[in-house]
Amino acid sequence: MENKYSIEQIKSAHKILKEFTYVPKPVNKGYSGETLYVNLSTNEIKIKQVTERMKDVFIGGRGFGLWYLWNAVTEKTRWNDPENEIIISPGPIGGITQYPGAGKSLVVSLSPITGSAMDSNVGGYFGPYMKFSGFDAIEIQGKAPKDVVVFIDGDNGRVTIEEAPLEDINSHIICEQLTELYAKDEADRLHVATVASGKAAEHTLIGHLNFSFYDKRRKGTRLKQAGRGGIGTVFRDKKIKGLVVRTTNIKGNSNTPADQALLNKTGIKLHKEIHRNDDKQCHMRTQGTAHLVEIMSDYDLLPVNNFKFGSHEKARQMASWVWEKKFTQGIPDGCWFGCTLACAKAVDGFQLKTGPYKGDKVIVDGPEYETVAGVGSCCGIFDPDAVVELNFYCDTYGVDTISFGTLTAFAMECFENKIITEKETGGLKLNFGNHEAALELLHQMARGEGFGKVAGMGVRRMKEYFVKNYNADPKFLQDIGMECKGLEYSQYVSKESLAQQGGYALTNKGPQHDEAWLIFMDMVNNHIPTFENKAEALHYFPLFRTWFGLNGLCKLPWNDVEPEDNPKTDEPAKVPEHVQNYVDLFNGVTGKKIDKKELIRMSERVYNFQRVFNLKMGFGTREHDIPPYRSVGPVTCEEYESRKDRYDKQLKEKAGISPEGLSTEEKVKKMREYREKQYQMLVDAVYKRRGWNEKGIPKLETLKDLSIDFEDVVKIVKSKM
Amino acid sequence: MISVNEQPLAWRENLSVSELLKICKYSFPLIIVKIDGEIVAKSEYEKFMVPDGANVSVIHLMSGG
Repeated sequence: MENKYSIEQIKSAHKILKEFTYVPKPVNKGYSGETLYVNLSTNEIKIKQVTERMKDVFIGGRGFGLWYLWNAVTEKTRWNDPENEIIISPGPIGGITQYPGAGKSLVVSLSPITGSAMDSNVGGYFGPYMKFSGFDAIEIQGKAPKDVVVFIDGDNGRVTIEEAPLEDINSHIICEQLTELYAKDEADRLHVATVASGKAAEHTLIGHLNFSFYDKRRKGTRLKQAGRGGIGTVFRDKKIKGLVVRTTNIKGNSNTPADQALLNKTGIKLHKEIHRNDDKQCHMRTQGTAHLVEIMSDYDLLPVNNFKFGSHEKARQMASWVWEKKFTQGIPDGCWFGCTLACAKAVDGFQLKTGPYKGDKVIVDGPEYETVAGVGSCCGIFDPDAVVELNFYCDTYGVDTISFGTLTAFAMECFENKIITEKETGGLKLNFGNHEAALELLHQMARGEGFGKVAGMGVRRMKEYFVKNYNADPKFLQDIGMECKGLEYSQYVSKESLAQQGGYALTNKGPQHDEAWLIFMDMVNNHIPTFENKAEALHYFPLFRTWFGLNGLCKLPWNDVEPEDNPKTDEPAKVPEHVQNYVDLFNGVTGKKIDKKELIRMSERVYNFQRVFNLKMGFGTREHDIPPYRSVGPVTCEEYESRKDRYDKQLKEKAGISPEGLSTEEKVKKMREYREKQYQMLVDAVYKRRGWNEKGIPKLETLKDLSIDFEDVVKIVKSKM
Repeated sequence: MISVNEQPLAWRENLSVSELLKICKYSFPLIIVKIDGEIVAKSEYEKFMVPDGANVSVIHLMSGG
């Protein structure tokens, strides 16, 4: 589809609503020391100073985002109030080019789907470019009356809010338009990074943000997604069409680190390790995270038909080798400079079969594992081309592939159970495996029409809607609706791992695997058999992984490639050499002297603060940490029978109940009683380890110990006890 | 009989580590195999025979997107 307007027309239609000039502060030891505040209701633009306390307690990235959001909203603020903010921050390490995976941005906002603070991490160039333009974070508040673009000109120290009536909304078009518009010439496009969303973000609660980077080899913009929690919906509600930053200040030492030599040494070590080991280990450079598809199916962890099952014979139609052929090879696909793990794979020249861009040949970023499992197997879809098409449209329409997959799978199960019929779906035959129906549902979301609008509310609201309007059984919907805290589950079957049930439901933002992925450690290795063992893992790993989000780092170089001698270490699951790399990176950039214990403490402060943030917004207590039963065990007799031997054995050996003579229905019930009790015991152990009371509220001594016993924090905690 | 990650498994003659991994469907690439506490190098998986009564640990390191 040709762009409706030329770049000249788009440019001439821009009207500058506010211009602000500043002197860009050079970054020193990872921080510029200033952040940018933009209010779209009043067109106020100002600079805020980064205090030493902010750096000490909140570090950067997700920490800065939570701190600014905390101060911006009250317990009454809702996601679509002007007071809500979108904060983007890369963190102090973010932007170094010596170590793989160091270009992440963290986006924080009140989520439309959970009602509380959401954090989402994303690659692309925007965060680092913003920092090298002089800002450790951008904080956007207010709502514009008409569509706007916010432009940061880092070379000339100028920020503008511009009325932007003619750009497209959908990301694969607008990101190209904005890149061309703000670049001086073709070569300069590399210096421009953009953020956009899409049409479906306007009509659903699961909107995501696309962060672009210009791919000079493909001569096009690539898109990485801040997927979780509906921040794209907030973005479009604020009438933001795009954020743009342009800077030529992109050098290997733009962070002005305290010890450049240490960064160089640490980076070279990992580059060599990747070069030696990736082809023998995870094949990230050729397959990206899609290398996991057949592995997850082998271990009964791949969600199939709304998480009913964990494997499928057709999973091999979407296996790693299929994606390796589809992905263009031989291109260093890093989403930030210097990332030799290079997992940002793409399908080039993909010809679309449906929708408004039917017939167009496009670049499709991904699919990554989560997308293959979400819009694919979870919906019973095993056609790789359908997955690529769904991936493309989710991206350009601004919809999170994880939430879309999980909510579509839920709607499909409701359809197959006749809770909804073609009458309610407007003729969509939402059977598992019907990719045409899934695509049409997505197009409806973009058009704001039909059943797409209902589904776009997410699983939690769909459950309420079906109960209210279609007389559905609320208990059954609660069991099969894969959401917790309002957020849709990401794509791993957790039924056989008690630790991962907690890894999902005991998260701050909702069930997303970026806090903890403990399934192998628990279910396969049997390394954490006791409640105390599991609680320790649910203390360490969420905190370790939180740290990446404070610093602008990607998780993948931590343990998707490993040193040859890692098996000989005391704690191979932690990859000790890489943990030390991160300590060295932090010290090398900031000049501080942390060790691996302090690394965890840094996260612990922010993690507990986020828990209190949930309390402030009316959540954050035990009843919000309970998963749907589909995440814990077999809901239906069909599920039980599909793994009958396993479940019968567990009933007998673990629960001490003889399955002899029991009907399947009775066995499902007994199994449920056993597993739900186990889950509650896990919650008790985790709360104790985390220093929380039995309601899940951080104890005052925990807050004091972590030095986050600020007056307003303590007040909220006391009011909830 | 052998034990694999604390679970009993029937032993048979000429059971190599490679064969054992296939039986268990352990296809994940980042694993460590220990037999009676000793690490078996990946290059040895084809020819290393698992003895009867062995205590086998197949340690899967975490991954995930």
